[in-house]
Amino acid sequence: MALLEINNVSKHFGGLAALDEVSFSALEGEIHGLIGPNGAGKSTMFKNISGFYSPTTGTIRFNGQDIQGLSPSSIAKLGIVRTFQETTLFQELTVFENVLVGCHLEAEVNLLDALFGLNKKVQQKANVHALKVLDFMGLTERKDQLAIELPLGSQRALAIAIALAAKPKLILMDEPFAGMNPEETRQMMDLTRKVNETGVTIVLVEHDMKAVMGLCENITVLNFGTLLAQGKPDEIRQNDKVINAYLGGGH
Amino acid sequence: MNKFNLTQFVVMLTLFIGLILLPHYLRYQHQDFMIFLIINVLVVVSYRLMTLTGEWSLIHIVMMGVGAYTSALMSKHMGVSVWLTIPLAGLSAAVLAGLLSTPLFRMTQFYFLIGSFAVGEAIRLAWIFFIKPFGGSSGISSVPSPELLGIDFMDPIPYYYLVLIVVSLCLWVLYRIEKSRIGLTLNAVHWKAPLAQSVGVNTWKYRTLAFMVASLFVGIAGALKIHYLGNVTPHQFGVGSMVFVLIWVIVGGYNTFYGPIIGAVVLSVLDESLRNLNEYRPAIYGVLLIISIMFMPKGLEHISQGLKDWIKTAKSSS
Repeated sequence: MALLEINNVSKHFGGLAALDEVSFSALEGEIHGLIGPNGAGKSTMFKNISGFYSPTTGTIRFNGQDIQGLSPSSIAKLGIVRTFQETTLFQELTVFENVLVGCHLEAEVNLLDALFGLNKKVQQKANVHALKVLDFMGLTERKDQLAIELPLGSQRALAIAIALAAKPKLILMDEPFAGMNPEETRQMMDLTRKVNETGVTIVLVEHDMKAVMGLCENITVLNFGTLLAQGKPDEIRQNDKVINAYLGGGH
Repeated sequence: MNKFNLTQFVVMLTLFIGLILLPHYLRYQHQDFMIFLIINVLVVVSYRLMTLTGEWSLIHIVMMGVGAYTSALMSKHMGVSVWLTIPLAGLSAAVLAGLLSTPLFRMTQFYFLIGSFAVGEAIRLAWIFFIKPFGGSSGISSVPSPELLGIDFMDPIPYYYLVLIVVSLCLWVLYRIEKSRIGLTLNAVHWKAPLAQSVGVNTWKYRTLAFMVASLFVGIAGALKIHYLGNVTPHQFGVGSMVFVLIWVIVGGYNTFYGPIIGAVVLSVLDESLRNLNEYRPAIYGVLLIISIMFMPKGLEHISQGLKDWIKTAKSSS
């Protein structure tokens, strides 16, 4: 069953079409790859799905509900959480606090609660949940360090931990393997699989082909804002149009 | 209770007892000074709540004026008890902040700073140009002071205690908010607004909340100020006063709750003690400011943190 359905989504900036009538869908429980050369529109697509942009035309359905045009926080409430390119964390907060912010949807408090500590149970539940997520991602030992002090691999793991703390149905991962060495890549692949095995659907934007081919069940390829190809990793690998797009015309 | 908390407790207790005894050992003019200093502490601490979201505004002092005018008009012309108009002053500033947040938070960073300045000036000019009811340039005079059980609140000592109690309560509330999950979320909005949004934080709502709460407390501070002074004018809430708030917060440091308090206290005491130097006073004050910013860019709060670390290492090595 399709969890996320993108139907004819276009995004125009002035006269420029960053996305032109793109459609694809991600099945519930899978890891879905979204690839393409630089400037293909992958990040624009992510921003449309997560509410940072709203599509010029087209619909985005999640879990049977139209979500295009909703705000990022409302989309998070429905169960879609994204991670960001580079490493985007709350750098001046501790690892534990980072994950605690991720628990926002279940642990948000109002002013009165804050003043008189009326909701200790909810806060304790959030603390326990945050610790569980840290343990799951192998970050327990680092929980009191500042996020900015972590090595790259742990920072990326923390970014996923923050997303996971929000208990999403779907995580959009934006280039989680960028700049990693082979050992870090292997660990990150294991973590991604582990997250997926808990029942979370993942859509992955990535340039590291080894990681994409190794992880994804289905792959969507974009080029110049249009849909280029769709299929299983083996089909994509042998697709002439895809090879051309990556290596340039004339080959 | 561990040892460190005990020292903290003792420091707080000494400070509090000191503040209770203090006015009896001061001359009249210094009693006045203390009243305004304690009010200014509330001004800077409420401003810090706003800066937690990463947005620095120039409208804070105008919001103080909104509270002051509300309280003055209601107590003088409508005969409402000052005990009621002080909280209502805060409320009116908070409501106005809520209304202004829709246009203001369409901007961030530098643009927000300028936008907040423009809106603040518009409000201040309205006080000058709408002579009815705001009294124009000369403002509103003979604002009544509070009355209770025959205590004379025109006298500085009772008023000092009133201000001390109200401000302590307000500081407690602001402290609780900062240490709660709300404080954590405000910090998150500051460091990475998009990331906070992606896990479901409505950043607009939290910026508005911080702005409203900050305005609430600075509105109360404004009311406290003018019921002691007995008059309110638009010039008390100009951008010059706002610059002082910024200086106190920056010199004191804004990474801790107590940083801005240290800034306000140290700089005000310094300014007061230079009073005898007359025409040299602004120059000396300015030089001291430049020196402190050059050599302590992290603020005065950094000294106390350094001291804490030093005590810790001294303890662990002995």
